[in-house]
Amino acid sequence: MSEVEKRHVVTLEINGVRRNAEVEPRKLLVHLIREDFGLTGTHVGCDTSQCGACTVELDGQAIKSCTVLAVMADGASITTIEGVSPVASRLDAVQTAFHEHHALQCGFCTPGMVMSVRQLLRDHPDANEDDIRHGIAGNICRCTGYHNIVRAVESLVAKD
Amino acid sequence: MIPSAFGYVRASSLANAIDLLRQDPEGTRLVAGGHTLIPTLKLRLASPALLVDIRGIADMRGISIDDKAIRIGALTTHAELLASQQLNDVFPIFRQTATRIADPQVRNRGTIGGSIANADPAADWPAVVIALNAELEIVGPTGSRRVPAKDFFVDIFTTVLEPAEVLAAIHLRRPTLGARFIYRKIRHPASGYAVVGVAVGLRMEDGLVAEMSIGVTGAASHAFSGDAATRFLMAKPLSHESIEEAAKLVSEATECLSDRYASAEYRASLVRTETKRALLSLAA
Repeated sequence: MSEVEKRHVVTLEINGVRRNAEVEPRKLLVHLIREDFGLTGTHVGCDTSQCGACTVELDGQAIKSCTVLAVMADGASITTIEGVSPVASRLDAVQTAFHEHHALQCGFCTPGMVMSVRQLLRDHPDANEDDIRHGIAGNICRCTGYHNIVRAVESLVAKD
Repeated sequence: MIPSAFGYVRASSLANAIDLLRQDPEGTRLVAGGHTLIPTLKLRLASPALLVDIRGIADMRGISIDDKAIRIGALTTHAELLASQQLNDVFPIFRQTATRIADPQVRNRGTIGGSIANADPAADWPAVVIALNAELEIVGPTGSRRVPAKDFFVDIFTTVLEPAEVLAAIHLRRPTLGARFIYRKIRHPASGYAVVGVAVGLRMEDGLVAEMSIGVTGAASHAFSGDAATRFLMAKPLSHESIEEAAKLVSEATECLSDRYASAEYRASLVRTETKRALLSLAA
């Protein structure tokens, strides 16, 4: 079998669960997450690493899963929007703040936005408005004009 | 968008990566952050037969700093350059530049080595490494060599790298006391790339220019060094007139690019203005 036809076994931890998959090298991480693992909370928006709808955490860092090959995530630990809350039936702090501040309308960008905000708050626990806008610069929302998203994040900073 | 099929191997060492490149230089591409290559594959602008994942090569990782020099492994991400306090204590220009590259998610993956070796005419690091008088460590089948950053960029997406050579690291000398560096960028609002970016280093002694360097990106087919302006200002005091003249020399150093975002005349004008502003802020 030539290198091109060879499939690779990828082992990773996703939302705390160890999973295996056999992938072609060209398979994108977002497709592994959505199609193989059925975790469709991670969205494909632009598919060109601009919009951030596909943002997940890979080894604790927010990344755009449309621009990572699944085979390159072998051995990684991944958190998707389905894994942010320790209790599946309840929202986590960021999700709750989005809910309370009406930080979404259509909701398409929200999973990616939440993943980016988690990193933003880890990097800047006392983020000001500039830090917040800079921190979500990799996520595009076409509904809210960002104001309520910024307010939601500000509420989390204020609580700390 | 799905790339066309390719093979994938993880390089076990730098020698292994070079060997794989040598076997099929046309059909083999190195991948680390992948933030230029993967979009290119998805658009099928490139369809290599084999991707060689170089992330596991220890020699190409990390930032090491001693009393004389700094070595930055080519695999260092923009986010790591932004976060390294030790590096930014010496050269704050790294944080200043990294915060203006793309967005947090992209910075977590994209690498400085990829940015330099890819030689996108609008990438940021090429201007900065030129202004820092960096030497680029290149490793190939016959051994390693060091090339001054200002001689590395040849044309659009073209560098002095031979087909089986790898950019392994960026070497910097610690700056002389009093030397300061700044990167000014006119950022394309959609792509985040530099319409024009100007990096300037300056050290004054007794009111005269003692050391100076200029790297320009975005303006021309490749990043370049503003040597004529540096020669002109050396051992002169900085005045509005001398700064104005130096800025003009940089803007006239090469033919600027023209595209649907910015005409050549506009880019030349941005180079002049940004060089002037950079020098004024370093002189202040």
